[in-house]
Amino acid sequence: MSRINLEPNLERPDDFYEAFIAAHEGMEEAESHAFNARLIFILANHIGSQDVLVSALDAARTKS
Amino acid sequence: MFHDRYTLAFKTYPYARSTDQDSDTPIRHTVIVVGGGPIGIATALDLGLKGVDVLVLDDHEGVGMGSRAICFSKRCLEIADRLGCGEALLEKGVIWNTGKVFYQDRKVFEFNLQPEEGHKYPAFINLQQPYFEKYLMERFRAAQADGVPVEVRGKNRVDAITEHDDHVELEVMTPDGGYRLKADWLIACDGAASPVRSMIGLDFKGRVFEDSFLIADVKMKAKFPTERWFWFDPPFKSGASALLHKQPDDVWRIDFQIGWNVDREQEMKEENIRARVDQMLGPDVSYDLVWSSIYTFQCRRMEKFRHGRVLFAGDSAHQVSPFGARGANSGIQDAENLAWKLALVIGGKADDRLLDSYDLERVHGADENIMNSTRSTDFITPKSAVSRIFRDAVLDLAEQYTFARPLVNSGRLSVPCIYDGSPLNGPDALPGGPARTRPGSPCPDAPVDGGFLIEKLGGGFQLLTVNADAPERIEEDGIEALRIDAPAGGAVTDRYLGSAASAVYLLRPDQHVAARWERFDEAAVRAAIRIATGRAEA
Repeated sequence: MSRINLEPNLERPDDFYEAFIAAHEGMEEAESHAFNARLIFILANHIGSQDVLVSALDAARTKS
Repeated sequence: MFHDRYTLAFKTYPYARSTDQDSDTPIRHTVIVVGGGPIGIATALDLGLKGVDVLVLDDHEGVGMGSRAICFSKRCLEIADRLGCGEALLEKGVIWNTGKVFYQDRKVFEFNLQPEEGHKYPAFINLQQPYFEKYLMERFRAAQADGVPVEVRGKNRVDAITEHDDHVELEVMTPDGGYRLKADWLIACDGAASPVRSMIGLDFKGRVFEDSFLIADVKMKAKFPTERWFWFDPPFKSGASALLHKQPDDVWRIDFQIGWNVDREQEMKEENIRARVDQMLGPDVSYDLVWSSIYTFQCRRMEKFRHGRVLFAGDSAHQVSPFGARGANSGIQDAENLAWKLALVIGGKADDRLLDSYDLERVHGADENIMNSTRSTDFITPKSAVSRIFRDAVLDLAEQYTFARPLVNSGRLSVPCIYDGSPLNGPDALPGGPARTRPGSPCPDAPVDGGFLIEKLGGGFQLLTVNADAPERIEEDGIEALRIDAPAGGAVTDRYLGSAASAVYLLRPDQHVAARWERFDEAAVRAAIRIATGRAEA
């Protein structure tokens, strides 16, 4: 069963984080929530695999 | 004594005194069906056509008013075809293929049910439930006139049931007073509020959805195309969602989601219904209000559909939300699954354990329907702020990106159940055979000899051969299987051969595949017949 990759995999972590935060700039909270929701579906579609996505849900459930 | 719960659209079985009512001792019938709705009548007719004596009891005298179920699926029509009224339904029904989904003021996308070529029946027809019941009842009367041993008694209300080892005893109330009856088998097709289920004290558990829907059937000459239109959050604000769907006789089904805490009496006032409809259609459209109703719903089922000599079919056994047309369509599949099994048991050709497979297969069907209709309901009526955010995100994305469209769920429309893993399934020994005709699947239709395959499939076991030899008839311990040959080519090859050069299918009386092989092997076919009738395990 394939699992979500939880090892470092971002090409440029700081650049991505900056872009992500910048994308939310100037948004009302509701707009930000809607944006995040759309982003999650876009990323999930890219992953595609149900097994990988379910393991991502499991990973997100764990806080430290 | 008799309080009518609803008014009738068609009085198809007026009360008439039966000689059973004059008997000092209860008259015993082979099968009594409680409930003369679509599922009860279909079950009785199916059993009757197999030679079983069936009496239907109903506390009303015919078909209730109101369009109610309006979408009848291909499989349902194919079953009706076998029972002898499929063509009448098709002729009256409205065929539709296109669905459009709107979000607020814009069209998000449209879909086509894309029925394949080579089927006698379309994916769906829209037809008011009273017509469905009327045509079924006309067929029932015609069969009765031909000597098929079926009977229906109106205003015969079952008030009490006593279960015994080898029969069930009933107390029945009529306008002329009460009488008693006995039945070897009792089939409860008495609806979601099933009195029989309550009398036996059985649970009906599930999930309540806190929302109400207002149905308005309006008659108008409108230029809307024959399509299914669904709005999420419609701009005309008549509901949180809305549906527009065409029925015969220039009638349109309009459905508004109006919330949980509504004043039903207020909402049902004609001026209030008209206000919602006017907002949707615009002020200049004139129409007659034909029927309206407010409904709430639950998704639930009984734990077991068989309780000894009492069997439950249709809404009495399981209830789903209306999204997906999975109510009546699944009930008709219950009826056909049960009828052949009970007929074999009554005829002494199968052990009554075969009826446990009715429970198993149709519970599987009900679970599939409940899962699909629950998912649709959660999408249409999000239950929390966060699920609403995700739902709206999908709708926003769907307009621009095709990837999001499969996530939009305005109802996953009924498709026939495949009995994967059923104990009645024999070997799948056809390398390269199509997945859609694996054991457990209903036979897909195909053009054969200038007609259609489903017209050749009867109500018994059959051997379907493609490019293969087989005897015209094989009998295994009282169970007969007759051969039908479908010449290879076109749809038959696609649907039954795949990449195999030849195929032999054993089909059950409900036209589901029991087993399949590359060529005829007598011992294997005999073994599969035993498995399919519950006499042997796979």
